Amino acid sequence: MQTRNDIVSANDQHDGDHAPGEHDNDGHVGHVHGAIAPRRPTRAQLAHIQGWGADLDRKDRPGVPMERTPPRFINVPDGDPAPQEEHVEVLVSTERPGRTPLFGTVQPPSGLSGMIRRQAFKLTENDVRHWLLLLVADRVNMVEGIGEDLASGKIPNVLAEMGIKAEFQHNKAGLAKKVALGVAVVGTAVYLMKRRR
Amino acid sequence: MLAMNYRGPYRVRADQKPEPVIEHPGDAIVRVTRACICGSDLHLYHGLVPDTRVGHTFGHEFIGIVEEVGSDVHKLKVGDKVLVPFNVFCGSCFFCQHELYGNCHSTNSQSTAVGAIYGYSHTAGGYDGGQAEYVRVPMADVGPMIIPDDIHDDDAVLLTDALPTGYQAAEMGDIKEGDTVVVFGAGPVGIFAAKSAWLMGAGRVIVVDEIEYRLEFVKNYAQCEVVNFKEVRDMALHIKKMTDWMGADVCIDAVGCEAAGNTMQTITGVYTMMQAGAATVLHWCINSVRKGGNVSIVGVYGPTFNAVPIGNALNKGLTLRMNQASVRRHLPRLIEHIRAGRIDPKAIITHRVPLEEVSDAYHIFSSKLDNCIKTILIPPRANEVRAVKASIAA
Repeated sequence: MQTRNDIVSANDQHDGDHAPGEHDNDGHVGHVHGAIAPRRPTRAQLAHIQGWGADLDRKDRPGVPMERTPPRFINVPDGDPAPQEEHVEVLVSTERPGRTPLFGTVQPPSGLSGMIRRQAFKLTENDVRHWLLLLVADRVNMVEGIGEDLASGKIPNVLAEMGIKAEFQHNKAGLAKKVALGVAVVGTAVYLMKRRR
Repeated sequence: MLAMNYRGPYRVRADQKPEPVIEHPGDAIVRVTRACICGSDLHLYHGLVPDTRVGHTFGHEFIGIVEEVGSDVHKLKVGDKVLVPFNVFCGSCFFCQHELYGNCHSTNSQSTAVGAIYGYSHTAGGYDGGQAEYVRVPMADVGPMIIPDDIHDDDAVLLTDALPTGYQAAEMGDIKEGDTVVVFGAGPVGIFAAKSAWLMGAGRVIVVDEIEYRLEFVKNYAQCEVVNFKEVRDMALHIKKMTDWMGADVCIDAVGCEAAGNTMQTITGVYTMMQAGAATVLHWCINSVRKGGNVSIVGVYGPTFNAVPIGNALNKGLTLRMNQASVRRHLPRLIEHIRAGRIDPKAIITHRVPLEEVSDAYHIFSSKLDNCIKTILIPPRANEVRAVKASIAA
């Protein structure tokens, strides 16, 4: 039986021109091996790596095996959580028997986007239209958000929201390119519109 | 209170919002002292996650001080300093009973495809996140962990997601002694995955990205080799050449749905959303790993579908493993690593930004400006001494 260390030493002998950590350039044509096998550096070669092998033993890896019961490291509650009271509309996946005991309550569905979301939640998660409708609702919601801002007397500072200050501080060249591109697009559009007249 | 407020793709701002309240006897209200922007927050920021509603507050990496507890909370008390795993979980459902806290079945009414996550859209449960002064924390006796006195707050906040996710990525790769591990993505999770791969006995760790400053950082931080994919004609071919034509033993996707590197994937996955994100890195993983190798996926993808070479995965006999991190079960071991000096999580933090400047913080992180690797948001009341409520109580 060939062990990993055997493979390492075999590779070290016939492939000694490759130190661990070195790699070929993209144009390298490679070697012809009688029996291709992974190269394995020795422990001595890895001794400089901080913390190397601390979790080599699987018993030190908290996620091995993947499923463990009873659960460790948490205060396991006595039974299921009591059901949370519902004060706002919460949409429920059709792939569930009903609401979960706990749920988020922020930004309940409202307006046109809410209507679209309700339609989406009539479809299963397995139906791609469910997700596409939600994406449509998100875009509608974005427009509604601007409307809400304006209705409350606030003009959204879109450029500030997009981080233009940071762009100016850290990427002046990029900002100049974007401005130039914007001017070019608008200029072209104006020119084309004028030419049609 | 002041909170990050999503207004649409690429648009966020700091706004005043009502403070959260106890909605369930198991809830706590936590005053946030530090909150990170996660790479996966960018998928929300870019409008790629379905059911991301205007007004939502992002933030699933945060720590803080317990300000108020519900009547069923007995282990935590007001004043405790806690780190809150990004998973909202109950601790008692079938999945939690099997330590799959990221797959809890009792906290997200709106989807079975994902567990509940703070501040990660209504698809992930519709909970506001921690990029705010206060946040509602359900099942407060189960999820949060009191931060040990000897653990720095900056380390603690990285224990809520980035470090456990990177560690779990390596763990799911089932790394054996001497394995060659390729990590795609030199963001925070990829950096920690590379570091964790060594802990598990890798023989060679290679990190792939296109951002030079990040590659330079990870090369020094994780003592690994790096490859800039922009300098490579074909990623899978390059990895095979680097590995004596075998392919890597383990490939890790720490990028997810906004991967660069393949124009067609970017057009179909990001610009036109014809698939649930660009599956570029999934391609690279499947085609770069050796036969019988392992692919570990922690990069986030959307809920619809992706075009991936699953036939190659079959014919190569690959093992594909993936999940949201089950943060809580990793904490004791990771704290041991921090105490032993094997990992220094806070070293990846490059930016500290007041919450008021959240718009700029997102733009810097999203556009990789100013050599940004990890950004921490500091809410205005982060350093407030709890004297007000105490004096009222007296």
